[in-house]
Amino acid sequence: MRLLAAAGDDAKILAGGQSLMPMLNLRLARPDLLIDINRADQRAPSLDGNHLRLPALTRHRVAAEHDLVRQHCPLLADAIRYVGNVRVRNRGTIGGSLAHADPTSEIGCCALAAGALVVARGPDGDRTIPASDLFAGYWSTTLAEAEIITDVLIPVARPRQGWSFHEMVRRTSDFAIVAVAVILNLAERDGVIAAATVALAGVADRVVLADPQPPDGDPDEIAARIAETLDPPDDVHASGAYRRRLARVLTARALREASARAAL
Amino acid sequence: MTPPPMTGRQVTLNVNGRDHEVWIVPSDTLLDVLHDELGMADVRYGCGEGVCGTCTVLLDGEPVNGCLTLAVQAEGGQVTTMRGLMGPGEALHPLQECFLRRGAAQCGFCTPGMVLTALDAVQRLGRPTREEIRYALVGNLCRCTGYTKILDAIEEYADQ
Repeated sequence: MRLLAAAGDDAKILAGGQSLMPMLNLRLARPDLLIDINRADQRAPSLDGNHLRLPALTRHRVAAEHDLVRQHCPLLADAIRYVGNVRVRNRGTIGGSLAHADPTSEIGCCALAAGALVVARGPDGDRTIPASDLFAGYWSTTLAEAEIITDVLIPVARPRQGWSFHEMVRRTSDFAIVAVAVILNLAERDGVIAAATVALAGVADRVVLADPQPPDGDPDEIAARIAETLDPPDDVHASGAYRRRLARVLTARALREASARAAL
Repeated sequence: MTPPPMTGRQVTLNVNGRDHEVWIVPSDTLLDVLHDELGMADVRYGCGEGVCGTCTVLLDGEPVNGCLTLAVQAEGGQVTTMRGLMGPGEALHPLQECFLRRGAAQCGFCTPGMVLTALDAVQRLGRPTREEIRYALVGNLCRCTGYTKILDAIEEYADQ
């Protein structure tokens, strides 16, 4: 923390290194100082009241295989299969992925859908940031220069809650063209969708929460309404129009799957 | 702030069960040190981005990217390269035998990474399906074989 406060923007925090190290190797980033935090925290995922607590240095593979994560945030455990390859999942971390803030991040997408809280530590102590306030644009966050993510708190799954994660890639392990994470609750009475949180990756300069309000209607209608609000950028991987279409199709699939799971 | 000077220091790296004392600077990757300093030709630079798998080594038993791990981060850990799987007198590991028998290596550049990744998959999954093997190997690129014979070799090994 002292090193980071002294070096400010000239320093980078090195966690799992699966995004930062390629940037260094390609000379896309040239920080004066690298601060390796890998041995700073040995905590494991734990249950903290109504929250699942993931220490920032939780490796993707640990998160995907951990019983508490599979039980209380199956969305995240499932989505991690889309993250990189086996080596990336062995080293890459949950906190590092959030801090890197890639607009196609599966982890960021799940954090938004699950309503995660991010705990950041700075010179003045800890503060808690809702995931929905964390992302500020392409690879940038609202973290202050001398702040570092220490924990991610995820509300545990409630009864009659369903979840689903869908992603379109050209080749497994590629960055997502579009990904969608859904958490929803069915109404007690008639089994229709009563509340839904839909997060999308690959449709803007950051991962975004879509507003499905009102959440009623069938999945196709909700998905179409969400897609209308999006204006995804064109890039070499896909046109904006294709991304919007993917967002609609994948969101409808995810809503259907999540509804089916909630009804179990 | 001026960057602190990159001073070299001596660290001990345990590779394939043997301690090696090497002088390194903090920015050296594990790949740099294994290949360039220790002359280990079975750890290879491919992409530098963690995508191709040719620099795969096991760190404390798990496959990692040699190009995305700093050498100093491996201090105190156990590094295994493909050669580390071999028996006395450079006897081939049974998985290597399967690769040979099935013609799963052509130019051989991807082979060490393939073998280490496949071994990890078989050890974790027992008898992975062909689809599970494909998934485990998405981060290991081969430009010669078309993968079919690699999958055949791994299935033969997993059946043993």
